[in-house]
Amino acid sequence: MKTVKRTIGTMALAATTVLTVSCKDVNKNEPAAPMSNEMHQESMDDKDDMAMNDNQDAKAEAILNDYFNLKDALVGDDNDKAKQLGATLASTLGSFDASSYSDSEQQELKDIMEDAIEHAEHISESDMAHQREHFKILSKDVTDMVGITGTEMKIYEQFCPMYNNNEGGAWLSMNEEIRNPYFGDKMLKCGKVQREIN
Amino acid sequence: MKFLKILAWLALVALVVIQFFPIILNESDYVPQSDFMVENQVPATIKNRLQVSCYDCHSNNTDYPWYSKIQPAAWFLEDHIQEGKDELNFNEWATYSDRRKNSKLRSIISQIEEDKMPLDSYTLIHKDAILSDEDKRMIIDYMTALKDSLE
Repeated sequence: MKTVKRTIGTMALAATTVLTVSCKDVNKNEPAAPMSNEMHQESMDDKDDMAMNDNQDAKAEAILNDYFNLKDALVGDDNDKAKQLGATLASTLGSFDASSYSDSEQQELKDIMEDAIEHAEHISESDMAHQREHFKILSKDVTDMVGITGTEMKIYEQFCPMYNNNEGGAWLSMNEEIRNPYFGDKMLKCGKVQREIN
Repeated sequence: MKFLKILAWLALVALVVIQFFPIILNESDYVPQSDFMVENQVPATIKNRLQVSCYDCHSNNTDYPWYSKIQPAAWFLEDHIQEGKDELNFNEWATYSDRRKNSKLRSIISQIEEDKMPLDSYTLIHKDAILSDEDKRMIIDYMTALKDSLE
């Protein structure tokens, strides 16, 4: 009897594990690093939150997260990854909910989103040079968005004066340290912090 | 030999049959108030260059050559025109927000600078759509001034 109970117990545990794992796979296709049970639970909650933002009420933070991921791909000179992340950002931008803002803010946000979506879509289908061209204007859009929505995050606005034949280009980052998305490996540390948000 | 003959006949029949598929033409006989040329004071020479080199795919009115009304050329053009208008429609200029106008102008400038537009496949047939260096400089200067005035 005891053995039977234990067997059933083990099977239930196994089933739960399998379910949890497959559930996680559905939420996110990134492979999760092995973690302890507790941590695992926590990271799953995070992912659930993100998934909700993607689908329903995309907050400024969800857009910023996607934007930062895209920026990192450009820093890493990774054309394919930037394509993917551009598409992800485009869909997050598309589900942004502006209903809690005033009429004039809503209009402004609508203009920003329309423009930003176009740039994100272009990034999802372009070569690196073009991705960076669009990223420059996208960065302005996202910066203007933060100007209206505000954010809890601590963000640095950074600027590289050399981009595009010394026309210069700005971007946002969560780290104070410069990692240049316009030049990548060629001039990884070109730039300076222009402004701190929060 | 007989096989080739059959194949040729089949191809011919197919070519005739597809002529009966409807062609959706991008034609409009009026210029809306939201047109780029209506909203902006465009000098006549630039106006003419834009009309000839850009408007076939970036407006609601294409000046079709005769062969383009024959399938499968018409299908090929239909896709191109649709794509072109999605990207930029000069007829709808006034409906774009200033932010988007800015983005569009930036793209117009870089596409011309990099010789990406007008498309090679287009200028191959439309020799008159090819932009000379002088044309390019003129258009780029104009678009840049317009962009600066919006900022």
